Amino acid sequence: MVKIGVPSKGRLMEKTFEWFGARGLRMAKTGSDREYAGVVEGVAGVELVMLSASEVPRELAAGRIDLGVTGTDLVRDKLADWDRQVREVAALGFGQADLIIAVPAAWIDVDTLDDLDAVAAAFRIRHGFRLRIATKYHRLVRDYLTAQGVADYQLVDSQGATEGTVKNLTAEAIADITSSGETLRANHLKVLSDAVILRSQAMLYQSALATGPDVGALLAKIGLRP
Amino acid sequence: MTPKAAIRAEADRLFAAFQAAGAVPVDADILLPAETLLDLYGEDIRAKAYVTTDPVQGEMMLRPDFTVPVVQAHMAHGADPARYCYRGEVFRAQDHLGAQARESLQVGFEVFDRQAPERADAEVFALFGGLLAGLNLRAVTGDIGILMAAVRGISASDKRKAALLRHIWRPQRFRALLDRFSGRAPMPAARAALLARLAAGQPADLIAASGPLIGLREVDEIAARAQTLLEDAKAAPISALEAAMLYDLLQLQAPAPAALTHLRGIALHLPAILPAVDRFAARLEALRAQGVDVDTLAFEASHGRTAMEYYDGFVFSFVSGEDVVASGGRYDALTAVLGQGRSIPAVGGIIRPHLVAALRGAA
Repeated sequence: MVKIGVPSKGRLMEKTFEWFGARGLRMAKTGSDREYAGVVEGVAGVELVMLSASEVPRELAAGRIDLGVTGTDLVRDKLADWDRQVREVAALGFGQADLIIAVPAAWIDVDTLDDLDAVAAAFRIRHGFRLRIATKYHRLVRDYLTAQGVADYQLVDSQGATEGTVKNLTAEAIADITSSGETLRANHLKVLSDAVILRSQAMLYQSALATGPDVGALLAKIGLRP
Repeated sequence: MTPKAAIRAEADRLFAAFQAAGAVPVDADILLPAETLLDLYGEDIRAKAYVTTDPVQGEMMLRPDFTVPVVQAHMAHGADPARYCYRGEVFRAQDHLGAQARESLQVGFEVFDRQAPERADAEVFALFGGLLAGLNLRAVTGDIGILMAAVRGISASDKRKAALLRHIWRPQRFRALLDRFSGRAPMPAARAALLARLAAGQPADLIAASGPLIGLREVDEIAARAQTLLEDAKAAPISALEAAMLYDLLQLQAPAPAALTHLRGIALHLPAILPAVDRFAARLEALRAQGVDVDTLAFEASHGRTAMEYYDGFVFSFVSGEDVVASGGRYDALTAVLGQGRSIPAVGGIIRPHLVAALRGAA
């Protein structure tokens, strides 16, 4: 039995169903609209596991699912040494979004990471604490800023409505996923021109623990390199 | 895997040797308030330390090293001068798969002394060298003080010097700044465009035209930095000669006596480093007096720059392959940061007994 974890709701689920459907693996939800259960038709020996996209990385790493669909942002943020725990099987061509850093649009003196670093130094002297960047992508953002040699900042956790944190005075800048940038503009923020931390998209992953022949056979059946 | 008993026995041996060298044993809490460590090390420490939450005290960290609690204890109620030693677990979260130690013993020795800092540097290094003799380790030394003196001594604006000094411990960004300040790297297109926009009007008007100002950063802060950027764009580059001396210094790696000769050569063009070079020479004499083979001692000017950012003078490590078996250095400025207005010159270091025990076991 091959277990495939897929996002349990919304556009990501629909697009995932479409993607597999086009390859002869028909997925569908069962039961009521609110019940998180699904079936796979067209291929025997495949079990569908409906999950929150944010839980897919952990389930893959633990080997409780063999294959899983989620965003590259979530895998790289949640898994240490992600490329040793999972394998990227196929980019699905949807769910594109960039993890970026944004600051108030009225910061006319800031355009790049270099500017943000200089502002962080001055901000700390003036306000007595390190410049706050609100995000839920702690590992990705911290690794990126460390590699870039940015200092005098702190990450503050924001699990939602991150674009509002600057106006609410709980952060000076944000690091978040954006696709069109509309929400940023509506919240009077602008993107640093040189600080794309990650270009994310939906991806089919294989767990490093899923080494059985049935997984390879299934991937071959839907036209993918096992 | 080295047996824990062997590691503990090694720790006990080192701890006893430090006491025999005149150090007073000190204890430190394992649970430390996160705030002090975060303010000192920056956000990076959050990835390296185990962070936990206390309902009353807020964020706490499992002791990532002893320096902060030992310095705090000394600044609060220490004798002057003082020598301390300690032995206990430190905890480092590991962000990679593999067998790196998450919990390990450290044994340390610290000297707080206002007299003859070079002699104290040599005392610590010689003590460590003696305890680690026979393990076939490579000793490497450096001196962050010379780098800082060089940056302070170049002809550049105070703001440029401050920017370089702030990034001494982040070599990549330091290099990028130096390349720009010396004219070796062209101005990035984004910065040129930004300057053109800033030159087009008064900061207050430009800010108003960009939309509502949100957040804590105020108009005068933004305007001040805009002004700084415009002034900096007009500033002359660091002279080619001074820049060449700085690049040369950053790359200097040689046995100590040759390094001293080379540094004296650099000082001819960058005389501001002379006092720091004299201190380096005095330290070599002090090391020689302690019986250290100075002639083959490795000196690397950039050594210690990627370590945690508090060393500001002599730095040293004893390494075996990739493993840093022992390391230490001088951290005068840290005592001021943690001393609430008071400060005292300080130098010290730690030995990792699990690595020593492993080497002894393999020998």
